[in-house]
Amino acid sequence: MMTFDQILFYALAVIAVLSAIMVITRRNPVHSALFLITTLFCVAGIYLQLHAEFLAAVQVIVYVGGIMVLFLFVIMLVNLETLSQERRFNRQWHIAILVSVVLLVEFGTIIWRGKAALQLPANQPLMDTLTTNNSEQLGVVLYQQYMLPFEIASFLLLVAIIGAVILAKRRLSSDGK
Amino acid sequence: MSDLTVFLINTTIKSIVVIGAMLGAVAYSTWLERKLVAHLQVRWGPHRVGWHGLLQPIADGLKFIFKEDIIPTEASKFIYILAPTIAFIPALLSISVIPFGSLGFFGSHAVRFQITDLNIGLLFIFAVTSLGVYGVALGGWASNNKYSLMGALRSSAQMISYELSLGLSVVSVLLVAGTLSLEKIVELQSGTWFGFIPKWNIFVLPLFISFFTYFVSAIAETNRVPFDLPEAESELVAGFHTEYSSMKFALFFLAEYANMLTVSALATTLFFGGWHGPAFGPLWLQGLLPLFWFLAKVFAFMFFYIWTRGTLPRFRYDQLMAFGWKFLMPLAIANVILTSFVVAWKG
Repeated sequence: MMTFDQILFYALAVIAVLSAIMVITRRNPVHSALFLITTLFCVAGIYLQLHAEFLAAVQVIVYVGGIMVLFLFVIMLVNLETLSQERRFNRQWHIAILVSVVLLVEFGTIIWRGKAALQLPANQPLMDTLTTNNSEQLGVVLYQQYMLPFEIASFLLLVAIIGAVILAKRRLSSDGK
Repeated sequence: MSDLTVFLINTTIKSIVVIGAMLGAVAYSTWLERKLVAHLQVRWGPHRVGWHGLLQPIADGLKFIFKEDIIPTEASKFIYILAPTIAFIPALLSISVIPFGSLGFFGSHAVRFQITDLNIGLLFIFAVTSLGVYGVALGGWASNNKYSLMGALRSSAQMISYELSLGLSVVSVLLVAGTLSLEKIVELQSGTWFGFIPKWNIFVLPLFISFFTYFVSAIAETNRVPFDLPEAESELVAGFHTEYSSMKFALFFLAEYANMLTVSALATTLFFGGWHGPAFGPLWLQGLLPLFWFLAKVFAFMFFYIWTRGTLPRFRYDQLMAFGWKFLMPLAIANVILTSFVVAWKG
């Protein structure tokens, strides 16, 4: 007999995996994007089950509300008629296979070694989980314990933003000539 | 009764009441808009159906239901039907965390005037409202029509751009309040300074700027004049909902008004003290007054929305984008920094 939580988890997990498969098998990119959104929602649901409300909300705001809208935007802008007739495999497939194999080996190792492989460095709970909520704990951990990695990550993002702007600008100025 | 049954009954009743009230309010905002704009332009507005046209929304609703529902042959059918629903559901969902009154008592049961108080309430609203853009984008794409697609692209570009300054303007409220729960944010705004200035966030020094950025970007988020580019009828026929008819069109229409109500309710909650206001009179009146103050504030915002529609012309598209990215966003970021300094200085 499964508990309500377990039923919910398996439902979310099954839907997430099935829609993930649909993402790569659909021919219409808009349908793929919609299935990816479904997957992201299910993952947000699983975060909620782990009492990570902040992460769940941010997952929906950033991925579903932001990034996927941009994806959809780009898909709508490019001409779909020509896209569906183009070859689906491009020159990057060698690298793609390499990356997938590495990832597969990683996941395989984790599953093979079981739960013991997932032992992260001992993490003492900083606060009483009953009195402080998840967002507060995350803030304290992020801005006190992991201040430097956090700053480095934000710096990397800034560099990426500036890089994107420069790439877009260069194309604009060459078009103008 | 066990705790779970009490909770279920409680929540079901509250949801039905709130959603019913919301739908009624949405229907009558359309009446308010037509009537107000008419009077601003020295016309009468609807006045045939019922007293001062008060039955007009019901007549309109019936008309929407009985209109022919057309699905274009070239449309991708499933998404075409799905899109209005995607636009409508988030618009209703976000009202569920907004507190619209203090505790009320029914017999021995204490009932909160709020469907639920999430400790990530504010994030929940942002997560839910950020989904509304899908209704617009998918509706425009699925119609398979150039005007619809252009309208959808314009609209989603606008909504994404202004969502950034909307989110950033709320960060300063968070910095001052220190919590994401809307209930607590309202609680922190009780009391007065010097006995007559209410302790609302709008009167806290740097938060005035964030209210400005919040409300301007919220008007753009809800696609209203002067930012109603997505449905600029003189350029785009009707924008993303050109192909929609009957109840599907009505859903887009209702979603717009529901979003306006949500934005007004959130502005009230975050900046204008929520349901706080002078309480006086007998006990039963004191219980109902918070609800009245909340509704009065929301009404004031709705009035302002319609007032701007009757007053301002539409922005040009490049002006809209430049205003969002080059003025509103830097202002919101500067305001976050300013507020952090003020909060740090106050300790």
